[in-house]
Amino acid sequence: MARFGMVIDTKKCVGCMDCVVACKTENNVPEGFCRDWIATDSKGTFPNIQMQIRTERCNHCDSPPCVSCCPCGASHVHDLGGVVLVHHDKCSGCKACIAACPYDARFINPDGYADKCTFCIHRVEEGLNPACVSVCPTRCMYFGDLDDPNSEVSRLLNSRKNKALVPEAGTKPQIFYID
Amino acid sequence: MNSLSRRKFLKITGATAGLVVAGSTLGGLVKKSNAYIDKKYENGKGVKKIPTFCDLCFWKCGSIAYVKNGELWKIEGNPEDPLSRGRLCPRGTGGPGAFRDPDRLKSPLIRKTERGQEQWVEVTWDEALSYIADKMNRIKTSFGPESMAYFVHGIGGNFIKHMMKAYGTPNISAPSFAQCRGPRDIGFRLTFGEDVGSPERMDIQNAKCLVLIGSHLGENMHNTQVQEFAEMNGAGGSIIVVDPRFSVAAGKAKYYLPIKPGTDIALLLAWMKVIVDENLFDKDYVDKYGFGFEQFKAEIQQYTPEWAYTETGIEPELIRTSAREMAKHKPATLIHSGRHTTWYGDDTQRSRAIALLNALMGSWGRKGGYYYPASMSVPNYPYPPYPKPEKGKVDNPGNTIYPFATEGHDTITNGVREATITGKPYPIKGWITYGTNLLYAMPNQDETLKAIQNLDLLVVVDVVPTELAGWADVVLPESVYLERFDDINVEFFKEPFVALRQPVMDSPNEQKPNWWIAKKLADKLGLGHYFPWNDIEEYIKYRMTAAGLSYDELKKKGIIKGAKQPIFFNEGINPEFPTPSGKIEFYSLQLAGLGHDPVPKFKKHKEPPPGFFRLIFGRSPVHTFSKTQNNKLLTEMQDENELWLNINIAKRLGVKSGDYVKLKNQDGVVSNKIKVKATERIRQDCVYMTHGFGHTSKKLRQAFLKGASDSQMITQYTVDPLMGGTGMNVNFVTLEL
Repeated sequence: MARFGMVIDTKKCVGCMDCVVACKTENNVPEGFCRDWIATDSKGTFPNIQMQIRTERCNHCDSPPCVSCCPCGASHVHDLGGVVLVHHDKCSGCKACIAACPYDARFINPDGYADKCTFCIHRVEEGLNPACVSVCPTRCMYFGDLDDPNSEVSRLLNSRKNKALVPEAGTKPQIFYID
Repeated sequence: MNSLSRRKFLKITGATAGLVVAGSTLGGLVKKSNAYIDKKYENGKGVKKIPTFCDLCFWKCGSIAYVKNGELWKIEGNPEDPLSRGRLCPRGTGGPGAFRDPDRLKSPLIRKTERGQEQWVEVTWDEALSYIADKMNRIKTSFGPESMAYFVHGIGGNFIKHMMKAYGTPNISAPSFAQCRGPRDIGFRLTFGEDVGSPERMDIQNAKCLVLIGSHLGENMHNTQVQEFAEMNGAGGSIIVVDPRFSVAAGKAKYYLPIKPGTDIALLLAWMKVIVDENLFDKDYVDKYGFGFEQFKAEIQQYTPEWAYTETGIEPELIRTSAREMAKHKPATLIHSGRHTTWYGDDTQRSRAIALLNALMGSWGRKGGYYYPASMSVPNYPYPPYPKPEKGKVDNPGNTIYPFATEGHDTITNGVREATITGKPYPIKGWITYGTNLLYAMPNQDETLKAIQNLDLLVVVDVVPTELAGWADVVLPESVYLERFDDINVEFFKEPFVALRQPVMDSPNEQKPNWWIAKKLADKLGLGHYFPWNDIEEYIKYRMTAAGLSYDELKKKGIIKGAKQPIFFNEGINPEFPTPSGKIEFYSLQLAGLGHDPVPKFKKHKEPPPGFFRLIFGRSPVHTFSKTQNNKLLTEMQDENELWLNINIAKRLGVKSGDYVKLKNQDGVVSNKIKVKATERIRQDCVYMTHGFGHTSKKLRQAFLKGASDSQMITQYTVDPLMGGTGMNVNFVTLEL
């Protein structure tokens, strides 16, 4: 079985937010919300500054606390690629998942259910990349099957130093950053 | 869908989902998802894909608009297009927000009270155009056709430009020259004999070393450039950034030079001295193609890195190291020409210094440097000849005031404005503007308003009610780019191609495309014979057929590419330099002959008085000029600008990130409130904001009074004596807490 994940090259990312806009139009994300976003970390004092810019979203964790804490069975791991999804019609909007997520990746859609990145599973099923990956002008995002040793994402992880965000939360995130 | 909530909709459609097995590159294990995947977002049935090109900025990226069940869904890059390479920037992706903007101009308007009071009567197109034609005829009779001026931004303005030439005026102007890239184009022309053009003829992709001087690629989303920048950086290319602010690009740089604003020429001269002294330049190239190198060499001897340190604040060793880094990668060392280059009034000379540094690297005409753009031969439509104006351009009589803003270039906007105020050398009585909000594009808003008071006619053609529209006599609502044909784009680029803009949706109200407006107005002016075609498709078909190309193919694909052409010297380009000497002019006799510096010299600029900061401004990746701040998709990304303030200064002043302050400039002008970003990422002697915010047009409900307007603060400007450009980084502000 496939295990979908992403590798993001922060050397290339300029934080332009195209991924955010594209996710909004692709998925009709309601006004005032977004399923992905840009984070900027900088340290040092002027002019000796180190800076990392990266695009973030749901990490589609292998041990997703949002799934284990969900009282309604709405949050679940999809049978394709381990993608974490929400059954909108089962979701009561109790926000337990929002509290459980170490990445602050979820929000309550105005229609009442927990909403977040789906890895654009509807596109992936069509053989396409997620919208954010396919629009990125810097081509800093790679999406693919982490279980396939020949996939681009696996090759990147094997050849370059990488790290996931908040690994100490123990949720086994599936998005990796290289720089 | 309006009356049906999304949640309900999902329940209804859920019953039929999960049945279809999709063929896909991910293999047979892929099955359709269950009900929680909204069917609305699937590809396939009901989705129309229409190729066109973008208008969120001037880059003209090839796009594919997706229309689902008659509704505009999304816009992606056209993979066939060499500019977008299949990927748009966030503004292009946010194009649907321009289409859906509820505040768009909807019908033609005629002013009914005093100018600027924004009291309007909605009129028909026939009434609006008759009104304009009547005024234009009166201006022609009383003052001559030269007394009408046209201000334009973008390819959409081509047909009104044609109409204005047919009417008989030479005064066709664009802020893109004197408020933006003019100095750069003249500086390069004085050196290599040719402009840098737009899109800039830079092979960033193959550069091994890229030098950015104030250019903030990544925040400035000139699409192809940003893509190539990420590519060369990802491939391990060396980046050198010179900027008073630690930009996004600075974060990617091997060397960051935190320059004191206004001292770039000092740095450039010192760099060149190091490179010449240490024999690091491309000697064969300079010997073969250079003119006046020995005089140039003698002239720059005085500019040691130690001297430059006192002006720029950059350590001499960093100047030397970064110069050597450039030389290491020559000729694939590309010193970016910049684009918005109207900073201090000596900008043509700074651009010339940049051109000369490129010449030392031998990058002009070489891979990883400046290429020779390729284009397709597409004949123009055979119009009758234009009447020859009796009077020359109003901005620069006899080309005597600004000797290098010559006929081949756009008229100087500020020259037209000045003539409108003074009536000299002759009066300007009418303006038509297209796609440019002059109150935000030009420095000193008071002068623009003063000029407007002298007009008998101000016509504003735009898609949204800009501040300038508020002062108009007649406002003409144009269709947004997704609803119209424009002139075809016969691009000058790495590879030749022609591109089509075509309608994706119908205009929702009375909006009309510019070609229709121009043709109808020409009819009213008795100039109908200049528009012999019935509609624009007939015009485009004519040009395509004359070029031996298929219009049907263009409609279907959006882009037709021509055969690959040589673009570098080693591919067969003849190294020709159309300068007076026929060579790259290290020493410029034409500058010397007119009493200007034949080799650029550093001149000190006025520094901020105690307690003041120099105001510098730049671009946001999600906005274009002052055009997009009412586009909700984009304002969700950024709905106001921030004031970048050095964190130590902020502490001293007792402000912190998130606080709102007002700015007061040296002339006592006070801004709207702006949110502070207290940061390590900027020098202590300047503050920075992105351009285009702080709108005061109440009709732009999304943008109204969000952030502060740099344009409002720019009351002072220094005019470039070579070409009339307005240096605008010469304003100083204090903070009002």
